[in-house]
Amino acid sequence: MECLIGIQFNDFVLVAADMTNATSIMVMKNDEQKIHKLANKLVMAVSGESGDATQFSEYINKNLQLYKMRNGYELSPKAAANFTRRNLADYLRSRTPYFVNMLMAGYDDQTGPELYFIDYLASCVKVPYAAHGYGGFFSLTILDRYHKKNLSEEEAYILMKKCVREIHKRLIINLPNFKVQKISKNGVTELPPITVQSLAVEDAAKA
Amino acid sequence: MQEKPARRYDTRTTIFSPEGRLYQVEYAMEAISHAGTCLGILANDGILLAAEKRNTNKLLDEVFFSEKIYKLNEDVVCSVAGITSDANVLTNELRLIGQRYLLQYGETIPCEQLVSWLCDVKQAYTQYGGKRPFGVSILYMGWDRHYGYQLYQSDPSGNYGGWKATCIGNNSAAAVSSLKQEYKEGQMTLKDAMALAVKVMSKTLDMNKLSADKLELATLTRVDGKTKTRILPAKEVEALITEFEKQEAILEAAKKEKQKL
Repeated sequence: MECLIGIQFNDFVLVAADMTNATSIMVMKNDEQKIHKLANKLVMAVSGESGDATQFSEYINKNLQLYKMRNGYELSPKAAANFTRRNLADYLRSRTPYFVNMLMAGYDDQTGPELYFIDYLASCVKVPYAAHGYGGFFSLTILDRYHKKNLSEEEAYILMKKCVREIHKRLIINLPNFKVQKISKNGVTELPPITVQSLAVEDAAKA
Repeated sequence: MQEKPARRYDTRTTIFSPEGRLYQVEYAMEAISHAGTCLGILANDGILLAAEKRNTNKLLDEVFFSEKIYKLNEDVVCSVAGITSDANVLTNELRLIGQRYLLQYGETIPCEQLVSWLCDVKQAYTQYGGKRPFGVSILYMGWDRHYGYQLYQSDPSGNYGGWKATCIGNNSAAAVSSLKQEYKEGQMTLKDAMALAVKVMSKTLDMNKLSADKLELATLTRVDGKTKTRILPAKEVEALITEFEKQEAILEAAKKEKQKL
């Protein structure tokens, strides 16, 4: 039901997450924050069982903070993704598994921007672009066609809008709002959310 | 029956003496000051460890290529001074700590964390009852993405510190003071460091002539984004010693020349 999209470019990563919180057939709210900041240059977009998502992302977040306090430096995105995967894998094999899917996006000062795809079965893959949820079926095809590593920030944001447009157009589920963040060497930047309204305004301006 | 006062506080590790000292820990340090000497020198383009070999019996089967320099993981090598059996336990523990970190984070453990975790084990043995401390000091040379090349030393007490050049084992105080004199801050190359290591070792070990079978040398450098560790083969150690002796001879000759004038 929910949708997360992540795209990596040469100098930065974009992550978008829908802002819908629904239980059963009921929409509870449309301004949910699913992207959590873990470190200066690291975020995690989480979807899945809503209680699990909160609990697990908090657990990972606090453990990364503890690491930073103990050692005086942060974990690299690769190590953080690995740590998250490991925890998820251990819980999966316990009596209390977490049902969460994640995209981890970070910037490593030595190796550049990175994007990791982690699902509830604790697979962890480093990818140039990825998506979770039904929305992924539509946005991935767009990304297969239009993703280039060397896009500028403006072009990247336009590409992300294209993905969301397709979801609005084709997906039966109502996901009106998407929160977007950019992770680059300067840290995490909030970009304007992509919403039904913002896209409509854009269309009106074009017409 | 009353024990002699002096011995009352030194039989158990966990008891302070009235002067606030932990005798067992101090005895462990004492044991190390009789052990084979190890020294480490940090250079701009790498690090080295040098260790004195004591077991040089002809009949000894050479199953071990190195006697007391151990590789701990991709990025760290250590050398030990003290009780060898204790050292084996600790190097095993060090390797376990490294692999546990690798399993959890998918990256090799940063040097200081490795040292710090081991020192927690060493410290525990000075506080919890019924055990004696490990009679081992360790020199670690390593590389990590945070701080580059690093040299650490740890004690039986669980203390540790980072150094540019240091020495443990027999006659270590003298070696440290001559390292202090000769270490050129910020302008040491690994080649200079090797020459210095041989020089200091030959001064420190009380023997007339240094030989390749008494000295073990290991280096750690970064090549193409990978850590390369190397235990020098006897031939290269021999070459370094010959070079050192040549330099000494030249200096000696110059000195004599001066005296004549």
